[in-house]
Amino acid sequence: MTTLAQAPTEVAAPVKATRTGDRHHRGALRWVVLVGCAVIAVLMLAPFVLMLINAFKSPGDYSTHGPLSLPTNLYFTGLTKFWNTVDFPVKLWNSIWTSAAVSVLGTGLSLLTAYAIGVGRVRGRAWLVAVFLLANMLPQEVLLYPLYTMAQKVGLNNSGWSIVIIFTVIQSAFGTYLLASVLGTFPKALLEAAALDGANSWRVLWRVVFPIVRPTLAVLMIFFFIWTWNEFFIPLVMLTTPASQTVPIALSSLQGDRLLDVPTLNAGALVSLLPTLLFFLFFQRTLTRGVTAGAVK
Amino acid sequence: MSVQTPRVHRAARRRQAVYWLYLLPGVIALTAVIIVPFGLNVFYSLHRWKGGLSPMHWYGFGNYTDLLHDAAFWSSFRNSVWMIVAMVVVPTLIGLILAAVLFDYIGKNVGNRTASFLRATYYLPQIMPVAVAGIVWNWIFNAETGSLNAMLHSIGVAHPPNWLGSPSTALPAVMLVLVWIQIGYPTVIFMSALQRVDPELYEAAELDGAGWFRRFRAITIPQIKPETFVITLTCTIAALKVFAPIYVLTRGGPELSTLVPSYYSFLNFFDKSKVGYGAAVATVLTLVIVVVAAVIQLLQNRSARRDEEGVR
Repeated sequence: MTTLAQAPTEVAAPVKATRTGDRHHRGALRWVVLVGCAVIAVLMLAPFVLMLINAFKSPGDYSTHGPLSLPTNLYFTGLTKFWNTVDFPVKLWNSIWTSAAVSVLGTGLSLLTAYAIGVGRVRGRAWLVAVFLLANMLPQEVLLYPLYTMAQKVGLNNSGWSIVIIFTVIQSAFGTYLLASVLGTFPKALLEAAALDGANSWRVLWRVVFPIVRPTLAVLMIFFFIWTWNEFFIPLVMLTTPASQTVPIALSSLQGDRLLDVPTLNAGALVSLLPTLLFFLFFQRTLTRGVTAGAVK
Repeated sequence: MSVQTPRVHRAARRRQAVYWLYLLPGVIALTAVIIVPFGLNVFYSLHRWKGGLSPMHWYGFGNYTDLLHDAAFWSSFRNSVWMIVAMVVVPTLIGLILAAVLFDYIGKNVGNRTASFLRATYYLPQIMPVAVAGIVWNWIFNAETGSLNAMLHSIGVAHPPNWLGSPSTALPAVMLVLVWIQIGYPTVIFMSALQRVDPELYEAAELDGAGWFRRFRAITIPQIKPETFVITLTCTIAALKVFAPIYVLTRGGPELSTLVPSYYSFLNFFDKSKVGYGAAVATVLTLVIVVVAAVIQLLQNRSARRDEEGVR
């Protein structure tokens, strides 16, 4: 990303320096624009800052000095209270294993289906792609009640597996749509060479196709992980017992509690945000590349 | 096809048949998790049903005709238009300006590090779980203990509004949160789109004496059209589907002023025990989404075709 952005700068800079005369005017404009961008950045960050300073403020401090002051001394009871009330490690583990399972299974399923459509060129593939695209567009409300009754029938309500199964399919509908168009342009020469060597379709998939599309698969896995982690509607309905709930659901279940004090709420929000934030920072480069790839498609 | 030699034809077909095996897991999964539930939902929508083990009564299209006379249903779709304003129109415009300023000005005149730092801050709300964002904002907007009113008090406003609690301010407040969540998405995509545009185009225009704004209008906007369409399509679908922010901010209230279709069907499913009716709302929402997506896609195809003809 950065290397791409830097290239035009170096080309443009000498041209500009020779041509522009009114450097004072330009200097003023530079500050106005920079301050404008900074103001927007502050507005975007304000909720995070408010959350941070109020997560470590005691309830007494909060009621006397209000939400805008810095905490007089650091208070960690809100954090421990949230941690213990919602039994955070359980929720964290539920979120981690369901999201990880969806990211692996969803990507695998997308690859198999997209392989049949993009490389296998099965008949009626245009229709198949349309169906997967449509499946990706459906609002979850239209699936919710039937899925809820089906899960009850097979005993999967209140189980993370219901989330894994449902989101593996929903995410892979998107993955299939994306990968099928990527594999549709897969170099024919490579496939033909492999076929001449006598490789069957399974070997071609793992030895020829897989290594080449691996970067795309990595991006899909990261997307599926974050999307499943942030998912709210279906988990809210499916997971009603505390032992099965995921992090966002646990946090929102606190909301109705009238006795809940503001520091606990903010500490909870902070702790619930941290895993995705860390994940984002860790994979930031891959992700920005992924957003770009998705956009051009 | 049938004119070709039959042997080649059959071999090709056998080779193709293998791939149906790869298709099998995906198709089975799609059928079980999406196609069958979708069919069941339509089936429910033709019944009066309290859900669970209670009996189902055939009602034909009754639920759908009832919807036509339901003020809450209509206001939920009216609010969908506002959701589109808050999640598509405003963020796309602001995102376009921010991306252009960051890429064209900050990146070139201040530094790329500053530009990517600012981009990251604008993108931060996008990675936050929506439920977490909603809960923090709910507290910020709180009439008594919230930060916004504390701030207003400190600058001398005696009676600041109860933002999420009164029908006149709840919808704008929700929209503000949605704009805050969405801005990062178009900004990031437009920034990468701008990197794709050939700098020679700008240099040529600059030599012709075109100012920044003319270059922006004549070069940037047409060049980044594909990205604009992708953003419009994905965000419009997301806006029509929006649920979590409404659930954690207002639960559709006060007085239904922030009700959206997805929340209305949820309400019918689980609060009012009118499963058939909720299913009908969900089916109508699906129909609206598919039609809107098809229209946007059609417009894109037509515009792409026009551009191609223009080149020739």
